[in-house]
Amino acid sequence: MEHTVVSASKFNAWFGDNHVVKDVSIGIEKNQVIAVMGPSGCGKTTFLRCINRMHELIPGATAKGSLKLYDDEVYTMNPIYVRYKIGMVFQRPNPFPNLSIYDNVVAGYKLNGLKMAKADMDNIVEKSLTSAALWKEVKDSLHKKGTFLSGGQQQRLCIARAIAMEPEVILFDEPTSALDPISTSSVEQLFHELKEKYTLIIVTHNMQQAARVSDKTAFFYLGELVEFDDTKQMFTAPSDVRTQNYITGRFS
Amino acid sequence: MEARIRIRNTKSILFKGVIVFLAFLITVPLIIVLLYIIKQGVTQVNWHFLTHVPAPVGESGGGISNALLGSFIMVMMSSVLAIPVGMFAGIYLSENPHTKLAYYSGLCVDILQGVPSIVVGIVIYFWLVKPLGTFSAISGSVALAIMMLPIVIRSTEQTLRLLPPSLKEAALSLGVPYHRVILKVIVPCGFAGILSGIMLSIARIIGETAPLLFTAFGNPYLSSSITKPMESLPHLIFTYATSPYDEWHNLAWGASFILLMFVLTLNIITKLITRKWNIQL
Repeated sequence: MEHTVVSASKFNAWFGDNHVVKDVSIGIEKNQVIAVMGPSGCGKTTFLRCINRMHELIPGATAKGSLKLYDDEVYTMNPIYVRYKIGMVFQRPNPFPNLSIYDNVVAGYKLNGLKMAKADMDNIVEKSLTSAALWKEVKDSLHKKGTFLSGGQQQRLCIARAIAMEPEVILFDEPTSALDPISTSSVEQLFHELKEKYTLIIVTHNMQQAARVSDKTAFFYLGELVEFDDTKQMFTAPSDVRTQNYITGRFS
Repeated sequence: MEARIRIRNTKSILFKGVIVFLAFLITVPLIIVLLYIIKQGVTQVNWHFLTHVPAPVGESGGGISNALLGSFIMVMMSSVLAIPVGMFAGIYLSENPHTKLAYYSGLCVDILQGVPSIVVGIVIYFWLVKPLGTFSAISGSVALAIMMLPIVIRSTEQTLRLLPPSLKEAALSLGVPYHRVILKVIVPCGFAGILSGIMLSIARIIGETAPLLFTAFGNPYLSSSITKPMESLPHLIFTYATSPYDEWHNLAWGASFILLMFVLTLNIITKLITRKWNIQL
Protein backbone atom coordinates (compact mmCIF):
# COMPACT_ATOMS: atom_id res chain seq x y z
CA MET A 1 0.00 0.00 0.00
CA GLU A 2 1.44 3.33 -0.97
CA HIS A 3 0.86 6.45 1.12
CA THR A 4 0.14 4.50 4.24
CA VAL A 5 0.26 6.92 7.15
CA VAL A 6 -0.71 4.81 10.12
CA SER A 7 -0.34 1.07 10.14
CA ALA A 8 -0.78 -1.49 12.87
CA SER A 9 0.08 -5.13 12.84
CA LYS A 10 -0.82 -7.56 15.58
CA PHE A 11 -1.41 -4.66 17.90
CA ASN A 12 -2.75 -5.36 21.41
CA ALA A 13 -3.72 -3.17 24.34
CA TRP A 14 -4.68 -3.90 27.91
CA PHE A 15 -6.12 -2.22 30.97
CA GLY A 16 -4.48 -4.27 33.69
CA ASP A 17 -5.62 -7.84 32.87
CA ASN A 18 -8.41 -6.67 30.62
CA HIS A 19 -7.43 -7.37 27.02
CA VAL A 20 -9.27 -4.59 25.17
CA VAL A 21 -7.59 -4.46 21.76
CA LYS A 22 -6.77 -7.84 20.22
CA ASP A 23 -4.35 -8.44 17.36
CA VAL A 24 -5.46 -5.47 15.31
CA SER A 25 -3.83 -5.07 11.91
CA ILE A 26 -4.79 -2.13 9.75
CA GLY A 27 -3.31 0.25 7.20
CA ILE A 28 -4.64 3.77 6.95
CA GLU A 29 -3.94 5.79 3.83
CA LYS A 30 -3.20 9.44 3.49
CA ASN A 31 -5.95 12.04 3.05
CA GLN A 32 -8.77 9.75 3.91
CA VAL A 33 -11.48 9.86 6.52
CA ILE A 34 -11.58 6.64 8.46
CA ALA A 35 -14.57 5.90 10.67
CA VAL A 36 -14.06 3.49 13.53
CA MET A 37 -17.33 2.10 14.78
CA GLY A 38 -18.56 -0.65 17.03
CA PRO A 39 -20.61 -1.25 20.14
CA SER A 40 -19.63 0.24 23.51
CA GLY A 41 -16.59 -1.37 25.07
CA CYS A 42 -15.31 -2.82 21.80
CA GLY A 43 -11.92 -1.16 22.15
CA LYS A 44 -12.32 1.46 19.43
CA THR A 45 -11.53 4.43 21.66
CA THR A 46 -8.66 2.56 23.28
CA PHE A 47 -7.19 1.79 19.85
CA LEU A 48 -7.53 5.44 18.90
CA ARG A 49 -5.79 6.56 22.08
CA CYS A 50 -2.95 4.12 21.41
CA ILE A 51 -2.18 5.84 18.11
CA ASN A 52 -1.02 9.05 19.83
CA ARG A 53 0.04 7.20 22.98
CA MET A 54 -2.59 8.73 25.23
CA HIS A 55 -3.61 5.20 26.28
CA GLU A 56 -0.52 4.69 28.42
CA LEU A 57 -1.37 7.70 30.58
CA ILE A 58 -4.02 5.67 32.37
CA PRO A 59 -2.48 3.75 35.29
CA GLY A 60 -2.20 0.05 34.46
CA ALA A 61 -2.64 0.53 30.73
CA THR A 62 -0.23 -1.35 28.46
CA ALA A 63 0.18 -1.99 24.75
CA LYS A 64 2.15 -4.43 22.60
CA GLY A 65 2.67 -5.00 18.91
CA SER A 66 3.62 -2.86 15.99
CA LEU A 67 2.04 0.53 15.36
CA LYS A 68 3.71 2.78 12.81
CA LEU A 69 3.49 6.37 11.71
CA TYR A 70 4.90 6.12 8.17
CA ASP A 71 8.00 3.98 8.78
CA ASP A 72 8.57 4.89 12.41
CA GLU A 73 7.46 2.69 15.24
CA VAL A 74 5.19 4.87 17.40
CA TYR A 75 6.08 3.03 20.59
CA THR A 76 9.80 3.72 20.26
CA MET A 77 9.33 7.38 19.37
CA ASN A 78 9.21 10.08 22.02
CA PRO A 79 5.53 10.36 22.98
CA ILE A 80 5.78 14.14 22.90
CA TYR A 81 6.91 14.02 19.27
CA VAL A 82 4.17 11.49 18.45
CA ARG A 83 1.56 13.89 19.82
CA TYR A 84 2.99 16.76 17.76
CA LYS A 85 2.49 14.67 14.66
CA ILE A 86 -0.86 13.15 15.62
CA GLY A 87 -3.41 15.63 16.91
CA MET A 88 -6.50 14.74 18.87
CA VAL A 89 -10.01 16.09 19.38
CA PHE A 90 -11.96 14.76 22.32
CA GLN A 91 -15.50 13.73 23.03
CA ARG A 92 -16.28 16.85 25.01
CA PRO A 93 -14.96 20.21 23.86
CA ASN A 94 -12.08 21.04 26.17
CA PRO A 95 -10.65 24.47 25.38
CA PHE A 96 -8.28 25.80 28.04
CA PRO A 97 -10.53 27.88 30.30
CA ASN A 98 -7.69 30.17 31.35
CA LEU A 99 -6.74 31.12 27.78
CA SER A 100 -8.33 33.40 25.18
CA ILE A 101 -9.62 32.05 21.87
CA TYR A 102 -6.41 33.28 20.23
CA ASP A 103 -4.18 31.62 22.81
CA ASN A 104 -6.21 28.43 22.65
CA VAL A 105 -5.46 28.08 18.95
CA VAL A 106 -1.72 28.51 19.43
CA ALA A 107 -1.72 26.67 22.76
CA GLY A 108 0.41 23.91 21.25
CA TYR A 109 3.16 26.45 20.60
CA LYS A 110 2.72 28.63 23.66
CA LEU A 111 2.47 25.81 26.20
CA ASN A 112 5.56 24.23 24.68
CA GLY A 113 7.41 27.52 25.04
CA LEU A 114 8.12 27.81 21.31
CA LYS A 115 8.92 31.42 20.47
CA MET A 116 7.44 32.86 17.34
CA ALA A 117 7.00 36.27 15.71
CA LYS A 118 3.65 37.90 16.38
CA ALA A 119 2.84 38.07 12.66
CA ASP A 120 3.50 34.35 12.19
CA MET A 121 1.31 33.59 15.15
CA ASP A 122 -1.51 35.82 13.85
CA ASN A 123 -1.19 33.98 10.58
CA ILE A 124 -1.47 30.55 12.19
CA VAL A 125 -4.48 31.65 14.23
CA GLU A 126 -6.32 32.97 11.19
CA LYS A 127 -5.46 29.99 9.02
CA SER A 128 -6.40 27.43 11.65
CA LEU A 129 -9.65 29.12 12.60
CA THR A 130 -10.55 29.47 8.92
CA SER A 131 -9.87 25.77 8.35
CA ALA A 132 -12.05 24.98 11.34
CA ALA A 133 -14.82 27.20 9.90
CA LEU A 134 -14.77 29.39 12.96
CA TRP A 135 -12.87 32.47 11.82
CA LYS A 136 -15.91 34.49 10.71
CA GLU A 137 -17.71 33.90 13.98
CA VAL A 138 -14.87 34.76 16.35
CA LYS A 139 -12.56 37.17 14.50
CA ASP A 140 -13.88 40.11 16.55
CA SER A 141 -13.65 38.36 19.89
CA LEU A 142 -10.28 36.63 19.65
CA HIS A 143 -9.29 37.86 23.07
CA LYS A 144 -12.32 36.60 24.90
CA LYS A 145 -12.01 33.38 26.84
CA GLY A 146 -12.45 30.16 24.87
CA THR A 147 -15.16 28.95 27.22
CA PHE A 148 -17.27 31.95 26.20
CA LEU A 149 -18.20 30.13 22.97
CA SER A 150 -21.07 27.70 22.46
CA GLY A 151 -20.44 23.94 22.63
CA GLY A 152 -20.21 23.50 18.86
CA GLN A 153 -17.93 26.52 18.52
CA GLN A 154 -15.75 25.20 21.33
CA GLN A 155 -15.39 21.89 19.53
CA ARG A 156 -14.35 23.69 16.34
CA LEU A 157 -11.91 25.72 18.44
CA CYS A 158 -10.44 22.42 19.65
CA ILE A 159 -10.17 21.30 16.02
CA ALA A 160 -8.41 24.57 15.16
CA ARG A 161 -6.04 23.95 18.07
CA ALA A 162 -5.17 20.54 16.64
CA ILE A 163 -4.79 21.89 13.09
CA ALA A 164 -2.50 24.70 14.25
CA MET A 165 0.21 22.14 15.02
CA GLU A 166 0.14 20.97 11.36
CA PRO A 167 -0.14 17.30 12.31
CA GLU A 168 -0.10 14.36 9.89
CA VAL A 169 -3.12 12.71 11.41
CA ILE A 170 -6.00 14.02 13.52
CA LEU A 171 -7.81 11.61 15.82
CA PHE A 172 -11.41 12.32 16.75
CA ASP A 173 -12.89 10.53 19.73
CA GLU A 174 -16.67 10.71 19.23
CA PRO A 175 -16.30 14.41 18.42
CA THR A 176 -19.99 15.17 18.03
CA SER A 177 -21.55 13.10 20.79
CA ALA A 178 -21.78 16.13 23.10
CA LEU A 179 -23.09 18.47 20.39
CA ASP A 180 -26.53 19.42 19.10
CA PRO A 181 -27.59 18.42 15.53
CA ILE A 182 -26.70 21.76 13.96
CA SER A 183 -23.22 21.85 15.49
CA THR A 184 -22.83 18.20 14.54
CA SER A 185 -23.51 18.88 10.88
CA SER A 186 -21.09 21.81 10.84
CA VAL A 187 -18.35 19.60 12.31
CA GLU A 188 -19.18 16.83 9.83
CA GLN A 189 -18.87 19.27 6.94
CA LEU A 190 -15.45 20.17 8.22
CA PHE A 191 -14.24 16.59 7.84
CA HIS A 192 -14.65 16.79 4.07
CA GLU A 193 -12.52 19.91 3.89
CA LEU A 194 -9.92 18.74 6.39
CA LYS A 195 -9.11 15.53 4.52
CA GLU A 196 -7.57 17.59 1.74
CA LYS A 197 -4.64 18.19 4.06
CA TYR A 198 -4.85 15.66 6.84
CA THR A 199 -5.72 12.08 7.53
CA LEU A 200 -8.68 11.80 9.88
CA ILE A 201 -9.54 8.88 12.11
CA ILE A 202 -12.96 9.26 13.71
CA VAL A 203 -14.37 7.05 16.41
CA THR A 204 -18.13 7.19 16.32
CA HIS A 205 -21.12 5.54 17.91
CA ASN A 206 -23.30 6.77 15.16
CA MET A 207 -23.55 4.54 12.08
CA GLN A 208 -25.23 7.23 10.00
CA GLN A 209 -22.33 9.52 10.78
CA ALA A 210 -19.83 6.88 9.73
CA ALA A 211 -21.74 6.40 6.48
CA ARG A 212 -21.98 10.15 5.86
CA VAL A 213 -18.44 11.26 6.48
CA SER A 214 -15.98 8.43 5.93
CA ASP A 215 -14.16 6.92 2.98
CA LYS A 216 -13.38 3.74 4.83
CA THR A 217 -14.89 2.18 7.89
CA ALA A 218 -13.37 -0.11 10.48
CA PHE A 219 -15.71 -2.25 12.54
CA PHE A 220 -14.50 -3.30 15.98
CA TYR A 221 -16.20 -5.97 18.01
CA LEU A 222 -15.01 -7.30 21.39
CA GLY A 223 -11.55 -5.86 20.82
CA GLU A 224 -11.07 -7.36 17.38
CA LEU A 225 -11.01 -5.56 14.08
CA VAL A 226 -13.76 -7.51 12.34
CA GLU A 227 -13.83 -5.70 9.04
CA PHE A 228 -12.08 -2.80 7.37
CA ASP A 229 -13.32 -1.76 3.97
CA ASP A 230 -14.68 1.04 1.83
CA THR A 231 -17.60 2.59 3.67
CA LYS A 232 -20.00 2.01 0.78
CA GLN A 233 -19.01 -1.59 0.51
CA MET A 234 -19.36 -2.17 4.22
CA PHE A 235 -22.79 -0.61 4.51
CA THR A 236 -24.19 -2.32 1.44
CA ALA A 237 -22.49 -5.70 1.40
CA PRO A 238 -20.52 -6.45 4.57
CA SER A 239 -18.46 -9.59 4.33
CA ASP A 240 -18.61 -10.58 7.97
CA VAL A 241 -21.84 -11.71 9.58
CA ARG A 242 -21.07 -9.74 12.76
CA THR A 243 -20.78 -6.51 10.78
CA GLN A 244 -24.04 -7.30 9.08
CA ASN A 245 -25.75 -7.94 12.42
CA TYR A 246 -24.43 -4.68 13.83
CA ILE A 247 -25.42 -2.61 10.83
CA THR A 248 -28.89 -4.08 10.70
CA GLY A 249 -29.30 -3.39 14.40
CA ARG A 250 -29.39 -6.97 15.73
CA PHE A 251 -27.15 -5.82 18.57
CA SER A 252 -25.68 -2.54 19.63
CA MET B 1 -57.84 16.20 57.56
CA GLU B 2 -57.95 19.99 57.56
CA ALA B 3 -56.92 20.05 61.20
CA ARG B 4 -54.00 17.71 60.61
CA ILE B 5 -52.67 19.84 57.81
CA ARG B 6 -52.98 22.89 60.03
CA ILE B 7 -51.01 21.16 62.80
CA ARG B 8 -48.34 20.13 60.32
CA ASN B 9 -48.09 23.67 59.00
CA THR B 10 -47.77 25.03 62.51
CA LYS B 11 -45.00 22.52 63.23
CA SER B 12 -43.17 23.56 60.09
CA ILE B 13 -43.42 27.21 61.00
CA LEU B 14 -42.23 26.50 64.55
CA PHE B 15 -39.32 24.43 63.24
CA LYS B 16 -38.30 27.15 60.84
CA GLY B 17 -38.58 29.71 63.63
CA VAL B 18 -36.23 27.69 65.84
CA ILE B 19 -33.64 27.39 63.06
CA VAL B 20 -33.73 31.10 62.30
CA PHE B 21 -33.50 31.96 65.98
CA LEU B 22 -30.48 29.69 66.55
CA ALA B 23 -28.76 30.96 63.43
CA PHE B 24 -29.24 34.47 64.74
CA LEU B 25 -28.10 33.45 68.22
CA ILE B 26 -24.71 32.16 67.05
CA THR B 27 -23.92 35.44 65.32
CA VAL B 28 -24.56 37.38 68.53
CA PRO B 29 -21.39 36.41 70.47
CA LEU B 30 -19.31 36.99 67.35
CA ILE B 31 -20.74 40.46 66.86
CA ILE B 32 -20.35 41.31 70.55
CA VAL B 33 -16.70 40.25 70.51
CA LEU B 34 -16.05 42.21 67.32
CA LEU B 35 -17.77 45.33 68.62
CA TYR B 36 -15.99 45.14 71.95
CA ILE B 37 -12.56 44.86 70.37
CA ILE B 38 -13.35 47.68 67.98
CA LYS B 39 -14.64 49.86 70.83
CA GLN B 40 -11.59 49.21 72.99
CA GLY B 41 -9.04 49.29 70.20
CA VAL B 42 -10.09 51.87 67.68
CA THR B 43 -9.42 54.84 69.98
CA GLN B 44 -5.83 53.66 70.45
CA VAL B 45 -5.00 53.58 66.80
CA ASN B 46 -3.38 56.62 65.21
CA TRP B 47 -0.22 57.36 63.27
CA HIS B 48 1.87 57.58 66.41
CA PHE B 49 0.58 54.18 67.51
CA LEU B 50 1.60 52.55 64.22
CA THR B 51 5.06 54.11 63.99
CA HIS B 52 6.44 53.94 67.54
CA VAL B 53 7.70 51.18 69.76
CA PRO B 54 5.93 50.53 73.08
CA ALA B 55 6.67 53.10 75.74
CA PRO B 56 8.28 52.01 79.01
CA VAL B 57 6.12 51.65 82.12
CA GLY B 58 4.95 55.00 83.45
CA GLU B 59 5.30 56.84 80.17
CA SER B 60 2.23 57.51 78.10
CA GLY B 61 2.00 56.96 74.33
CA GLY B 62 4.01 54.36 72.53
CA GLY B 63 2.95 52.09 69.73
CA ILE B 64 3.34 48.70 68.14
CA SER B 65 5.66 49.35 65.19
CA ASN B 66 8.04 46.62 66.38
CA ALA B 67 5.23 44.05 66.37
CA LEU B 68 3.86 45.18 63.00
CA LEU B 69 7.27 44.94 61.38
CA GLY B 70 8.01 41.63 63.12
CA SER B 71 4.72 40.03 62.12
CA PHE B 72 5.19 41.21 58.55
CA ILE B 73 8.75 39.86 58.29
CA MET B 74 7.90 36.53 59.88
CA VAL B 75 4.76 35.99 57.80
CA MET B 76 6.76 36.76 54.65
CA MET B 77 9.54 34.36 55.60
CA SER B 78 7.18 31.56 56.54
CA SER B 79 5.25 32.09 53.29
CA VAL B 80 8.48 31.79 51.32
CA LEU B 81 9.23 28.57 53.17
CA ALA B 82 5.79 26.99 53.17
CA ILE B 83 4.13 28.01 49.89
CA PRO B 84 6.45 26.33 47.37
CA VAL B 85 6.77 23.16 49.43
CA GLY B 86 3.05 23.08 50.16
CA MET B 87 2.05 23.70 46.56
CA PHE B 88 4.28 20.99 45.17
CA ALA B 89 3.16 18.53 47.82
CA GLY B 90 -0.46 19.41 47.01
CA ILE B 91 0.21 18.91 43.29
CA TYR B 92 1.73 15.51 44.01
CA LEU B 93 -1.23 14.45 46.15
CA SER B 94 -3.78 15.50 43.54
CA GLU B 95 -1.83 13.93 40.66
CA ASN B 96 -1.05 10.59 42.31
CA PRO B 97 -3.88 9.97 44.75
CA HIS B 98 -3.53 6.19 44.76
CA THR B 99 0.15 5.76 45.51
CA LYS B 100 1.45 4.60 48.89
CA LEU B 101 3.48 7.78 49.25
CA ALA B 102 0.33 9.86 48.72
CA TYR B 103 -1.53 7.84 51.33
CA TYR B 104 1.15 8.25 53.97
CA SER B 105 1.99 11.86 53.22
CA GLY B 106 -1.73 12.67 53.21
CA LEU B 107 -1.96 11.04 56.61
CA CYS B 108 1.01 13.10 57.82
CA VAL B 109 -0.64 16.29 56.57
CA ASP B 110 -3.78 15.47 58.54
CA ILE B 111 -1.77 14.73 61.66
CA LEU B 112 0.31 17.87 61.22
CA GLN B 113 -2.89 19.88 60.99
CA GLY B 114 -3.96 18.45 64.34
CA VAL B 115 -0.67 19.06 66.16
CA PRO B 116 -1.18 21.75 68.81
CA SER B 117 0.72 24.87 67.86
CA ILE B 118 2.61 24.96 71.17
CA VAL B 119 4.04 21.52 70.38
CA VAL B 120 5.34 22.86 67.07
CA GLY B 121 6.95 25.64 69.13
CA ILE B 122 8.69 23.20 71.45
CA VAL B 123 9.98 21.11 68.56
CA ILE B 124 11.44 24.17 66.86
CA TYR B 125 12.91 25.25 70.17
CA PHE B 126 14.93 22.03 70.32
CA TRP B 127 15.71 21.91 66.61
CA LEU B 128 16.65 25.53 65.97
CA VAL B 129 16.69 27.77 69.03
CA LYS B 130 19.00 25.57 71.13
CA PRO B 131 21.51 24.78 68.35
CA LEU B 132 21.57 28.44 67.27
CA GLY B 133 21.89 29.53 70.88
CA THR B 134 19.34 32.34 70.64
CA PHE B 135 15.70 33.10 70.03
CA SER B 136 15.33 34.38 66.49
CA ALA B 137 12.88 35.44 63.83
CA ILE B 138 14.13 32.53 61.71
CA SER B 139 13.00 29.93 64.18
CA GLY B 140 9.69 31.74 64.63
CA SER B 141 9.17 31.72 60.87
CA VAL B 142 9.96 28.02 60.61
CA ALA B 143 7.41 27.27 63.33
CA LEU B 144 4.79 29.36 61.53
CA ALA B 145 5.68 27.74 58.18
CA ILE B 146 4.96 24.33 59.71
CA MET B 147 1.58 25.62 60.82
CA MET B 148 0.92 26.90 57.29
CA LEU B 149 1.93 23.78 55.41
CA PRO B 150 -1.11 21.53 55.91
CA ILE B 151 -3.53 24.28 54.88
CA VAL B 152 -1.59 25.10 51.72
CA ILE B 153 -1.17 21.42 50.83
CA ARG B 154 -4.82 20.48 51.30
CA SER B 155 -6.23 23.54 49.57
CA THR B 156 -3.92 23.03 46.57
CA GLU B 157 -4.79 19.35 46.40
CA GLN B 158 -8.52 19.89 46.66
CA THR B 159 -8.55 22.70 44.13
CA LEU B 160 -6.58 20.74 41.55
CA ARG B 161 -8.63 17.62 42.08
CA LEU B 162 -11.76 19.50 41.03
CA LEU B 163 -10.27 20.28 37.61
CA PRO B 164 -11.60 17.95 34.91
CA PRO B 165 -9.11 15.37 33.58
CA SER B 166 -10.01 16.46 30.05
CA LEU B 167 -7.98 19.60 30.66
CA LYS B 168 -4.81 17.62 31.21
CA GLU B 169 -5.55 15.39 28.23
CA ALA B 170 -6.04 18.44 26.01
CA ALA B 171 -2.59 19.72 26.91
CA LEU B 172 -0.89 16.32 26.69
CA SER B 173 -2.44 15.64 23.28
CA LEU B 174 -0.70 18.78 21.98
CA GLY B 175 2.65 17.25 22.85
CA VAL B 176 3.14 19.39 25.93
CA PRO B 177 5.55 17.74 28.40
CA TYR B 178 4.17 16.81 31.81
CA HIS B 179 5.92 19.53 33.83
CA ARG B 180 4.59 22.21 31.51
CA VAL B 181 1.10 20.73 31.64
CA ILE B 182 1.19 21.15 35.41
CA LEU B 183 2.81 24.57 35.53
CA LYS B 184 1.12 26.19 32.52
CA VAL B 185 -2.33 24.61 32.54
CA ILE B 186 -3.25 22.87 35.78
CA VAL B 187 -1.84 25.39 38.26
CA PRO B 188 -3.12 28.50 36.40
CA CYS B 189 -6.60 26.97 36.14
CA GLY B 190 -6.67 26.29 39.86
CA PHE B 191 -4.92 29.52 40.75
CA ALA B 192 -7.87 31.18 42.50
CA GLY B 193 -8.33 28.18 44.78
CA ILE B 194 -4.63 27.87 45.56
CA LEU B 195 -4.33 31.60 46.27
CA SER B 196 -7.32 31.63 48.58
CA GLY B 197 -5.81 28.67 50.46
CA ILE B 198 -2.60 30.67 50.87
CA MET B 199 -4.56 33.70 52.12
CA LEU B 200 -6.43 31.60 54.65
CA SER B 201 -3.22 30.02 55.87
CA ILE B 202 -1.71 33.49 56.38
CA ALA B 203 -4.84 34.57 58.25
CA ARG B 204 -4.39 31.50 60.40
CA ILE B 205 -0.72 32.00 61.33
CA ILE B 206 -0.82 35.76 61.77
CA GLY B 207 -2.68 35.22 65.03
CA GLU B 208 -0.61 32.28 66.29
CA THR B 209 1.04 33.03 69.63
CA ALA B 210 2.03 29.68 71.05
CA PRO B 211 4.65 28.66 68.46
CA LEU B 212 6.33 32.06 68.85
CA LEU B 213 6.61 32.04 72.65
CA PHE B 214 9.91 30.22 72.70
CA THR B 215 11.06 30.66 69.12
CA ALA B 216 10.86 34.34 68.11
CA PHE B 217 10.32 35.22 71.75
CA GLY B 218 9.56 38.92 71.44
CA ASN B 219 11.48 42.15 71.44
CA PRO B 220 10.49 45.54 72.87
CA TYR B 221 12.65 47.35 70.32
CA LEU B 222 12.31 47.77 66.57
CA SER B 223 14.40 45.03 65.00
CA SER B 224 14.60 43.72 61.48
CA SER B 225 17.42 41.27 62.08
CA ILE B 226 16.18 37.77 61.42
CA THR B 227 18.82 36.21 63.63
CA LYS B 228 17.63 38.13 66.69
CA PRO B 229 14.45 37.85 68.75
CA MET B 230 11.51 39.56 67.10
CA GLU B 231 8.19 40.91 68.31
CA SER B 232 4.91 39.93 66.69
CA LEU B 233 1.32 41.15 67.07
CA PRO B 234 -0.11 38.16 68.95
CA HIS B 235 2.93 37.95 71.21
CA LEU B 236 2.72 41.65 72.00
CA ILE B 237 -0.94 41.25 72.86
CA PHE B 238 -0.09 38.33 75.11
CA THR B 239 2.69 40.15 76.96
CA TYR B 240 0.96 43.47 77.36
CA ALA B 241 -2.49 42.13 78.17
CA THR B 242 -1.09 40.04 81.02
CA SER B 243 0.83 43.01 82.46
CA PRO B 244 -0.56 44.95 85.43
CA TYR B 245 -0.44 48.39 83.73
CA ASP B 246 -3.46 50.12 82.20
CA GLU B 247 -1.45 51.81 79.48
CA TRP B 248 -0.04 48.49 78.38
CA HIS B 249 -3.57 47.07 78.33
CA ASN B 250 -4.58 49.84 75.95
CA LEU B 251 -1.63 48.96 73.74
CA ALA B 252 -2.81 45.35 73.66
CA TRP B 253 -6.34 46.45 72.73
CA GLY B 254 -5.01 48.56 69.88
CA ALA B 255 -2.88 45.68 68.64
CA SER B 256 -5.88 43.32 68.88
CA PHE B 257 -7.88 45.71 66.77
CA ILE B 258 -5.15 45.87 64.11
CA LEU B 259 -4.80 42.08 64.08
CA LEU B 260 -8.55 41.66 63.78
CA MET B 261 -8.75 44.10 60.87
CA PHE B 262 -5.90 42.30 59.15
CA VAL B 263 -7.54 38.89 59.44
CA LEU B 264 -10.88 40.32 58.37
CA THR B 265 -9.33 41.96 55.31
CA LEU B 266 -7.56 38.73 54.34
CA ASN B 267 -10.82 36.82 54.58
CA ILE B 268 -12.68 39.37 52.49
CA ILE B 269 -9.93 39.38 49.85
CA THR B 270 -10.12 35.58 49.75
CA LYS B 271 -13.86 35.73 49.15
CA LEU B 272 -13.37 38.27 46.38
CA ILE B 273 -10.64 36.21 44.72
CA THR B 274 -12.74 33.08 44.62
CA ARG B 275 -15.68 35.02 43.25
CA LYS B 276 -13.88 37.14 40.65
CA TRP B 277 -11.02 35.00 39.42
CA ASN B 278 -12.71 31.68 39.53
CA ILE B 279 -12.38 30.16 36.10
CA GLN B 280 -15.58 28.95 34.50
CA LEU B 281 -15.03 25.41 33.36
